[in-house]
Amino acid sequence: MASDEFIQRLWEMGPTFTEATPHSKKLGIKFVAVDKGSATMSLPYNPDLIGDPDTRVLHGGAVSTLLDQACGLAAIAGFDTPSACATLNLSIDYMRAAKPGETIIAQAHCYKATKHVAFLRAVAHDGDEMDPIATAQATFMATGPQIMAQQKKKQKGSE
Amino acid sequence: MATLDKITKALQRIPYAQTLGVKPIIIGKEFTLVMPYVESNIGNPVLPALHGGAISGLMEIAAIAQLFLSTDGQGLPKPIGINVDYLRKGNPKDTYARALIFKQGSRVANVRVQAWQGDYDKPIAAMHGHYLTAKAE
Repeated sequence: MASDEFIQRLWEMGPTFTEATPHSKKLGIKFVAVDKGSATMSLPYNPDLIGDPDTRVLHGGAVSTLLDQACGLAAIAGFDTPSACATLNLSIDYMRAAKPGETIIAQAHCYKATKHVAFLRAVAHDGDEMDPIATAQATFMATGPQIMAQQKKKQKGSE
Repeated sequence: MATLDKITKALQRIPYAQTLGVKPIIIGKEFTLVMPYVESNIGNPVLPALHGGAISGLMEIAAIAQLFLSTDGQGLPKPIGINVDYLRKGNPKDTYARALIFKQGSRVANVRVQAWQGDYDKPIAAMHGHYLTAKAE
């Protein structure tokens, strides 16, 4: 069972998870929401991420980075004892081009977490979940140290 | 080097390639893409380690560039699906990627890409993907 305290800590961590990650910050990835085993992030349209200059469509790499980042937070939120984690495998299907000018939203869901491995699915869309840009399936490995234990220690230290 | 010129020109027109900072080089006879280390490609500042998305971005550009060369520059191929295995931590240093076209069909190409840092035989990531290519007539 996810306690209110657990979810509150996830919400405290969410914005830093994107802002303290240099590459996410560079791309402009924004934290939207988090819950037990799920996370939502967005990527506002950014001309620096265009993959095809003729159509002005964003590069697939930008979409995969957004999906990777959203899956990362959902994996942390999926483990019983949240820990730092690393991507083992990321598999993406590109269904259609992202519409130029539109913000991309990525929703990731951890459907199973063992002690060390989290299994995730994610979808990227630009407003309509039923009309996806891309879907992803990913596995993440817990690498420790346990984030919340660290946060607790820090808070105790600063009190 | 005609190949290098062609691909350098194509990559200069792609803003995402500029954002990652990738550059084409020739190692031996093989076209290789290098992503020089920059702080903005970091995904975990504590370790530190490169972002998985930056590594997969490098490999996706390598695949597209290789297909672009093989189809004689007839439009950019579109990704259908990719699968990336992360094998080792991406250290904060220059990263290389090389793509191999496993099969080129009339519409779909199957491409494999390997990314490494110091040692080609110790890859940090491997990717395979399917791309929709311009009809090579």
